[in-house]
Amino acid sequence: MENFTPLSAALGGGLIGVAAVLFMALHGRIAGISGIAAGVLAPAAGDWGWRIAFIAGLVAAPFAVWLVSGDLPPFEPVYPLWLTMLGGVLVGFGARLGGGCTSGHGVCGMARLSSRSIAATIVFMATAIVVTFAIRHSGAHP
Amino acid sequence: MKTFAAFAIGLLFGLGLVVSQMTNPVKIIAFLDLTGNWDPSLVIVMAAALAVSFVGYRIALGRGKPVFEEDFQLPSKTLIDRQLVVGAGVFGAGWAMAGLCPGPGFSSIASGGVISVGFIAAMAAGMKGRDFIRL
Repeated sequence: MENFTPLSAALGGGLIGVAAVLFMALHGRIAGISGIAAGVLAPAAGDWGWRIAFIAGLVAAPFAVWLVSGDLPPFEPVYPLWLTMLGGVLVGFGARLGGGCTSGHGVCGMARLSSRSIAATIVFMATAIVVTFAIRHSGAHP
Repeated sequence: MKTFAAFAIGLLFGLGLVVSQMTNPVKIIAFLDLTGNWDPSLVIVMAAALAVSFVGYRIALGRGKPVFEEDFQLPSKTLIDRQLVVGAGVFGAGWAMAGLCPGPGFSSIASGGVISVGFIAAMAAGMKGRDFIRL
């Protein structure tokens, strides 16, 4: 476990929590990224600007870090582009079908003690662990 | 003001993802791979985010109405239905293949380049695909 980074994890997680709380206090919404992004693809009247702005903030975050520290955050891909994109299709489809993703169900919904979000989080964690085991032990990407 | 606040909150959310290195696929896979050199950092990220939002939501929701809107827009469904379970399963499989989920997808474009952009484009296609498949 020498790659375990508990301090930066706790600090970053705390920032995510503060952002989720502010979004509820100001905009009255769950900070679910898949839901926010899906609304950009199917815009309703007057419902577009804040979604684009939120996503622009997400995209800007590493550039803000770069401005302060001079370094972009590390990005080490594990799998090739084709597998990442196949995963992307499933992430988008699954998040819409299941009504949320790691942020909407895993953080915001769990914080509301929603039984749907607790169930979704258990299911996607378990599936992701099983699929990782399958990929790792298939011989393709040891 | 509402739009600017959304940008600032998105930025803060993204900084949380960057600081905790959730924008780095190797951190996600190292958490999901229980048989490898296991990295439990993701558990700490979720626990910290949950602790803050659990307390903060009670304060925010106790104020009656949000600052920029007339009402809170909270999910009203309570039933654990087939869509929820199948959707979460499909999502989990994709998360494991990509090492990215929606938030980190956006917040890693700066450092991940074509991998992150490819992920986002594929995710958008998957979201659109949901509209055409009855499940």
